[in-house]
Amino acid sequence: MKKILFIEDESALQKTLSDYLKKEGYEVISALDGESGLRLAQTQKPDLILLDLILPKMDGFEVLRKLMENPGTKEIPVIILTNLERMEDIGRALELGAKTYLVKANYTLKEVTEKVKKVLEQ
Amino acid sequence: MLKILKKIFNALNPLTPCKKYGLSVWECPQFLFLLIGIIIIGVILATYFIAAFKIGDPFMVSLIVLMIAAILIVIDYIITNSFERIAEASRMKTEFISVVSHQLRTPLTNLKYSLEILTSRNFREIGKKEKEYFEILEENIKRMGDLINDLLTVSRIETGRLPLKKRMVSLEEITKKIIQKFKSYAEAANVKVEFEAEKDLPRVSADPLWLEQVVENLLDNAIRYTKDQGEVKIKIYKDSKRIYFEIQDNGVGIPKEEQKFIFQKFFRAQNVLKYQTKGSGLGLHITKRILELMGGKIWFKSKEGEGSTFYFTLPIKRS
Repeated sequence: MKKILFIEDESALQKTLSDYLKKEGYEVISALDGESGLRLAQTQKPDLILLDLILPKMDGFEVLRKLMENPGTKEIPVIILTNLERMEDIGRALELGAKTYLVKANYTLKEVTEKVKKVLEQ
Repeated sequence: MLKILKKIFNALNPLTPCKKYGLSVWECPQFLFLLIGIIIIGVILATYFIAAFKIGDPFMVSLIVLMIAAILIVIDYIITNSFERIAEASRMKTEFISVVSHQLRTPLTNLKYSLEILTSRNFREIGKKEKEYFEILEENIKRMGDLINDLLTVSRIETGRLPLKKRMVSLEEITKKIIQKFKSYAEAANVKVEFEAEKDLPRVSADPLWLEQVVENLLDNAIRYTKDQGEVKIKIYKDSKRIYFEIQDNGVGIPKEEQKFIFQKFFRAQNVLKYQTKGSGLGLHITKRILELMGGKIWFKSKEGEGSTFYFTLPIKRS
């Protein structure tokens, strides 16, 4: 079973997307802030990380940068899942090494799950 | 005539842009630069006359020039500060967009995702009555999401931050795709959509996603504001410089006295509100601005009760 780490501070979103992904047959571990997300990425070695950008304690850009710097975690594909939509944010996240950038408001759970599947297949 | 003079005066008036940012006369860079120019010319002339006729002492002349230079430096300092305020105003506008997008979208996304879980098939069976209410929720969540997207688009256009990725695209293919997308919507509204395109149409340089949005807005309006048994005819043709898109409906039309407001933000015609209460009044405004950004034009002919025809053009690039 593929393991997904979902770093997101909005608990309602944590619940809905986690439930959906679990139904689709994934194992989901949750982090509600950047720091614990980074720690879980290092200890749990997930197959994929879903990362929000606006997070308490450490923002998503910083988490992404630290993930990419660490040889133990830099191979884990990261999907950004956020509501920030400015070109500079998208550019910055992709430059730092994110695989895909999804704007929550424009995607359904089904579509997010499909993207997850696609990235895991790569 | 008076209107034209007023327009020219407004364009020349250095205070016009400052009004937009809420800056007073003494903080307005455009005005202050003009003032500096006038002072410099005045000072040069005055210095010449003073030196030639009043004081022969080079020391005194230098002193006067130095004093005036000091005044100019003070004005310069004020100008720099004003620029900072303008930059600040622009930054706050951008920040506002970002806050709105994030703060409004987050709860809306939560609603959307929760509803998706509730209505997804592998969750549980839903009764017929329940389903109707779920559909109302879904439709309204979508409406609010669309409205937020439209507001963001308007803000981006106004701050000059709308990213356009132009490439060579076929307007004909885009139109066909959108007609296909609207097929069931048109059928449900009992509106027939006809399409006709001239042969060998050249491609145009445009952002495909935004051009799709333009065609979608126009077709959506044509179907939305046409009563039962309606007909929408779309034609694409060209002349030597432009490609023309024409969309004709036999719908409710736009009252004559309201025609001049039709591309304004948030404007909705009175007769339309009787048939359709939905709609943000942003669609045509966005459509016009996007077309203008891509070098095109939009206009229309309309008669209340008989229907409307909207036209837009995009330039053909010569290779």
